Amino acid sequence: MAVVETPVEKWTGKVREVTLGATSSDGGTRAHSVVVGGETTLPFLHFEGEMPNPPRLAVEIVDRRPGDWSSLLLDSWGDVVDDPAKWAKAAEERGADLIALQLSLTRDGDKPTTAEDARAATRAVLEAIGLPLIVFGPGQVDADNELLVAVAEETAGERVVLGLCEEKNYRTIVAAALANDHLVSSRTPMDVNLAKQLIILISDMGLPLDRILMDPTTAGLGYGIEYGYSVMERLRIAALQGDKMTQSPIIVTPGNEAWRQKEAKVGEGVPDAWGDWAERAVLWETLTATPLVQAGADVLVMRHPQAVNRVKAYVQSLMEN
Amino acid sequence: MALTGLQIYKLLPQTNCKECGYPTCLAFAMKLAAKQAELASCPYVSEEAQAQLAAAAAPPIRLVTVEGPGHKVEVGNETVMFRHEKTFYHQPGLFVRVKDTGSAEEIETAVKAAMGFSVDYVGMNLFLDGIAVEAASGDGSKFAEAVKAVRGATDRPLVLIASEPATMEAGLKASEGTRPLLCAATADNLDSMAALAKESGAPLVVRAGELGDLADLTEKATAAGVEDLVLDVGGRGVLETLTRLTELRRLALQKSYRPLGYPIITFPGEGAAGDVDEVTLAGQHIARYGGFVVLDHFTPASAYALLVLRANIYTDPQKPIQVQPGIYEINDPAKDSPLMVTTNFSITYFSVANEIDGSGTPGWLLVADAEGMSVLTAWAAGHFDAERIAKSVKSTGIEEKIDHRKLIIPGHVAVLLGELEEELPGWEILVGPREAVDLPGFLKLWSA
Repeated sequence: MAVVETPVEKWTGKVREVTLGATSSDGGTRAHSVVVGGETTLPFLHFEGEMPNPPRLAVEIVDRRPGDWSSLLLDSWGDVVDDPAKWAKAAEERGADLIALQLSLTRDGDKPTTAEDARAATRAVLEAIGLPLIVFGPGQVDADNELLVAVAEETAGERVVLGLCEEKNYRTIVAAALANDHLVSSRTPMDVNLAKQLIILISDMGLPLDRILMDPTTAGLGYGIEYGYSVMERLRIAALQGDKMTQSPIIVTPGNEAWRQKEAKVGEGVPDAWGDWAERAVLWETLTATPLVQAGADVLVMRHPQAVNRVKAYVQSLMEN
Repeated sequence: MALTGLQIYKLLPQTNCKECGYPTCLAFAMKLAAKQAELASCPYVSEEAQAQLAAAAAPPIRLVTVEGPGHKVEVGNETVMFRHEKTFYHQPGLFVRVKDTGSAEEIETAVKAAMGFSVDYVGMNLFLDGIAVEAASGDGSKFAEAVKAVRGATDRPLVLIASEPATMEAGLKASEGTRPLLCAATADNLDSMAALAKESGAPLVVRAGELGDLADLTEKATAAGVEDLVLDVGGRGVLETLTRLTELRRLALQKSYRPLGYPIITFPGEGAAGDVDEVTLAGQHIARYGGFVVLDHFTPASAYALLVLRANIYTDPQKPIQVQPGIYEINDPAKDSPLMVTTNFSITYFSVANEIDGSGTPGWLLVADAEGMSVLTAWAAGHFDAERIAKSVKSTGIEEKIDHRKLIIPGHVAVLLGELEEELPGWEILVGPREAVDLPGFLKLWSA
C-alpha cells in the first residue's frame, strides 16, 4: 500500500476559552456555566489539533409575544411565546445550551419597553432556567443603552452576554459589563479588520479578552451567507496563526437571519418550486447554521426547535472523535 | 504544483535575447509564474523544458466531465482550500439516485420529478445535474432496462452504480451516446472496470477505505489507461467525510500528490443517521470538497436549499454579483406610481423587485450604485448614503418620468431621512419597511 502522509498545519494560535454564566461558586445563580472556544485547529479537524468544546446552541426567545415572527415559528413553540419565563423553560427542556433573550423596542401596543420591563423579564427568565443567558437589546442605540444597562445591573455577577455591542454604543455596553461582571458580544458588519478593531477598542476599555465574543454578522442562506462565511474562515485562520485580536470565540445568528427571509417566513405567494413550506423553513435555518458551524461558529443563536435538534445532532456527530 | 519564477527561470535558455518581449529571461519567468505570459512567446525553449513546465502547470485536481445529450457537468480543477483565497471553480454535480429494483413507471416518475425541477434564484435558473442509477438487482438486463427508462425521462448525465463488471457493461451499453460516470472500481474488480472505462471513454470511480489503498488503485487505473478518475473514500459518516475530504484536498493542493488529485464522490444519504439528515450532510459536502454528490431523496424544498447553498459557496468572492444601477420599471408603472430606492447587490435587488412584482402594484425601482453591497452593509461602508441616493435620483432622469416627488427608502436606513431631505429639496422622503417581504403591504397604502 502506498504510504500517504496527510499534510498537517502547525498552528501556533489558539481560540480563547470564554465562560458564559456563573454558578453559585462564582457569584451567580446558574446551574452550570458553558465554556466555548479553545480550538487549536480548524473546526473538527481532530487529527490536527484540539477542539475541547463543541459549538453551543442558544435558543432565541423574546420578552413578549413577537409581533413579526412567522406563524410557523410561533406554532412550533405554542402558548409559551406569551411568557418569556415559560418560553425559556421550554427551550431548556428541548435541548438549548444557552438562552438568548431578545428585548423588544415596544410592548403592549406602542408603549416603549422601559428599563423596569426589561429588568422584570430578564429576572423572570433567569429564575426559570439554569442555563447561562445572552441578552440582546432592541437594536436602536438609545433603547439598547437604556435597557441593557438596566439588565446588566439586575443580573450583576451572572456572566451574561450583553449584545449587540457595536461601534456606535460599545462604550456604554462595555462599561455596564465591566461594572457587573458580564460579557459582551462584539458585532461588526462582515469585515475582518472591523472585527479586530472593535475587539481592540473594547479591550482598551479594560474588559478582559476572555469576556468577549465576536459577532462578524450573519447573512441567511441565499442572502449573502457566503460573505459572513468567508469572513469567519479568515478570522479563524488568523486566530490560529496567532493574531490575538481575532482569537475570540465566534457567535452567529442564523435563526434571526434565516427567518427574516421569505423562504422561511411565509408559505403563500411564493413559487411552487420552493416546495413544502414547513420543510423548507426548517431547512433554511438548518442550512444557514451548518455551513457556519464549519466556518468556525462557537455559539449559534437559533429559533426553530427542529432546526435546533438537527444542528445539535450534526455538531455531536462532528465531535464524536 | 505551480513553479516559482526562479524554478521556471532555470528551465529557460537564460540568454536574455528579449524576443519574448521582456528585457530578461528572469523577468519573463516571473511573468510566467504569475500566469501573465505564455511560454510560447519564447522561441528557444527546449522540448524537455516545455514538458516539465506543462506537467507543473497540470491542475492538481483533475477536471472530470460527465455528459448527457442535454447537459454537461465538469468538476475538479480546484486550486484553493478556502473560497476567500481565490474562488471555488466547478460546482459539485448534484445527482439523484434511483434503483433498478423499481418498475419502469416508478423510475420514470422519480426521474421526471427530480429532473423537471428548476427554480429561479437571483436571475439564475438552478436545477439538479443528473441521475445515478444503481444496479440493486444485480441483474444486467434489469439494470439496462432501468438505464433506458431513465434516459427516456431525462437527457441529463448519468452515474452508473454497479459492483459487477458484467452488470456495469450492460448499463454502459444502454447509456451509449452519453458519457456516464462508472461507479465503482474496487480492489476486487479494478482490472475489468478499468477496461470498461477505457473502452467507453467514461470516467471511473475508484473506492477504498484507506487513502494508501486508494492511491494504489488510481495508479493501477492510470497504468491501465484510464485518466479520468473520481475518488470514493468508502466512509460515509459526517466526521469521516469531513476528515477524508479535507485530507484529500490538502494532499492534492499542498503536496501536489498526483495519485489522489481527482474529484471526490459522496453519498450523504448513506451517512445520514438519527437527526443528521441527508440534506445537512449534503450541505457539508458542497462546502467541504465534494465533486459529485449523490442524493437518495428529492424534494423541491431540499433541492432548492442545496442548489442555493451551492450557488452561494461557489460565488466568486472577488466579484460580488451585481445588477446595473439605474431605473427598473416593474408592472408597467405610470407617472403617479411609487418610487423606491435600493442597492445594486443582486440579492437585494431581486428580493425587492420580486416583492414589487408579486404585489401587482406598478412601481419604479431606483437601483443606486452601492458597490454591489446590501443595504445595511453598503450603508455601514458609506456606499449608500444620502449623497449617493440623491445623485442617482438626479442622474437617472427619474424626475421626468414621474409627476410626484416622493421617494421610499429602505427602513434599515431610516436615519438618512433628514440628510436626504437636504440633498433633495422639494422631495418628500418616506421610510419603507426594513425587509422586502413587507413591501406589498406597504405599497397597498401608497398614494401619490
